[in-house]
Amino acid sequence: MNRRPTFLITMLGFGFAFFYVPILSMVVYSFNASRLATVWGGFSTKWYVSLFSNKQVIEALTLSLKIALVSATLATILGTLAGIALVRFTKFRGRTLFSGLVTAPLIMPEVITGVSSLIFFLLLANWIGWPAQRGFTTITLAHITFSMVFVTTIVQARLLQSDRAIEEAAMDLGSRPWQVLWDITLPVISPAILSGWLLAFTISLDDVVITSFTTGPGSTTLPLLIWSKVKLGVTPDINALATLMVLVVGLGVVIAGIAMNRAEARRMADERLAYRAQG
Amino acid sequence: MNWFHRRGWRDLIIGLPYLWLALFFLVPFLIVVAMSVATKTPTAPPFSFGGEHPWVNLETYQRLVSEPLYLRAFLISLMNAAGTTVFCLLLGYPMALGLTRVSRSARNILLMLVILPFWTSFLLRVYAWMGLMGKSSWFNQGLTDAWNWLVPADWAVKSLPMMHSNFAVILVMVYTYLPFMILPLYASLERLDPTLDEAALDLGSRPWQVFLDVTLPQSVPGIIAGGLLVFIPAAGELVIPTLVGDASTPMIGRVISDQFSQARDWPMASAVAVALLALMVGPTMLYSHYQARAEGSK
Repeated sequence: MNRRPTFLITMLGFGFAFFYVPILSMVVYSFNASRLATVWGGFSTKWYVSLFSNKQVIEALTLSLKIALVSATLATILGTLAGIALVRFTKFRGRTLFSGLVTAPLIMPEVITGVSSLIFFLLLANWIGWPAQRGFTTITLAHITFSMVFVTTIVQARLLQSDRAIEEAAMDLGSRPWQVLWDITLPVISPAILSGWLLAFTISLDDVVITSFTTGPGSTTLPLLIWSKVKLGVTPDINALATLMVLVVGLGVVIAGIAMNRAEARRMADERLAYRAQG
Repeated sequence: MNWFHRRGWRDLIIGLPYLWLALFFLVPFLIVVAMSVATKTPTAPPFSFGGEHPWVNLETYQRLVSEPLYLRAFLISLMNAAGTTVFCLLLGYPMALGLTRVSRSARNILLMLVILPFWTSFLLRVYAWMGLMGKSSWFNQGLTDAWNWLVPADWAVKSLPMMHSNFAVILVMVYTYLPFMILPLYASLERLDPTLDEAALDLGSRPWQVFLDVTLPQSVPGIIAGGLLVFIPAAGELVIPTLVGDASTPMIGRVISDQFSQARDWPMASAVAVALLALMVGPTMLYSHYQARAEGSK
């Protein structure tokens, strides 16, 4: 291969244009004065004003954030336990089924997860009278179930890399099992737990399909609101909403990325210092 | 070795997530499987076992294979998913290879730019293309001008009919799933030894020969992983075909959703779901086979 791979660099340029031109176009048109979402009619910030005065949007955002907070937290607890169980306990009854249950939701088409959750909740309501109404609770239960396995995947990968000898050393030195878990295992996998939580939070905040099946009257999350508007066509206030979301998420990811790089660099510097001190 | 293999701890750590997944994932899934052999009734809930029909009613599956609506939906889903996979590969492979050829600092930034769209709303990424493909958008008009300039005058059009077509579905699926292709490809290409390329060049191979004989064969696991990560979700996609697809040729996800919510035919929705899953078993097994092999070779 030649030293300056012109073709590959061109493809990279084309690919990134493909990724970002639609998003940029949406950002530009969010400042469009025209009601016609695709025809330019001068600069205006009126769609942002109408967005912030729209009670529906604010309510939907609040509901989405609540569901995402609760479901991400519970999914992180359950997902982390599952990850520890799969890596640390190599033999227990039903382990094959368990590892299958942890992988299946990852590849299950969302529409099937949605339909099966809805049938499940409807039958439960029919048999035991609960859940009498679908809404916050049923959406949250469904979100926990399909986002916890993503946490498990991340935690599992981190645990497999970690050095188990430290845990054994702590045991030998007389730590009790819960102390080992609390003082060693959890701190070692804490970056994975944090990434898992963030992923579960984003997945919940972004989900349309499963939410649309498990929601009930009056419980409209932000993606469901966008979904119902977008089905009718392109509207300028959605452009404004999209721009804000891209901005918030983009900044968040960039800041998180920089912070993680810094932490990694500091950790490596500390390790170097430690080795030098030893030698 | 058995550092916290005390019964209480062990049972809690295994038991909690196990019970949760069994109750909220396995049980609903088994209900769907059972539902696919139930009989549709006008009652609420709209199904029953037994009655006029035997306990296991296979009529739904007979309709599934005999009525053209379902076969066509499966065919269109598989074609759109295959098309998406091929175009993701054609665009993603050179991008992944390009990523291995840029400086390390540029690479980190570019990788972040590949992942960034993942974190923004999926729905809004689809929506962005609805804006671009609309008849009066700058993008559609620009392409229309190019088309009118290229073709003879009597083929000229006012705007290109991009929205509500399988073309639109594939385009938007490529857009949303491309990172799934790039990342595993990059992971497998990055591990390759650059001295092999140099050796081949020194021995007189031409650059494209080096690519075909050295790079491509070594990246097959990445191609398979990326391909399946794109193909599997694309085949079951619901949101994209609903928003930008042609309603007269629904994909399988749409059929499941419509049978359930509109026709209130729970057994048929369940049977279509089971059939879709059965189709995915093969690709999934292939994927885990290659994953296991990739992990074994590390």
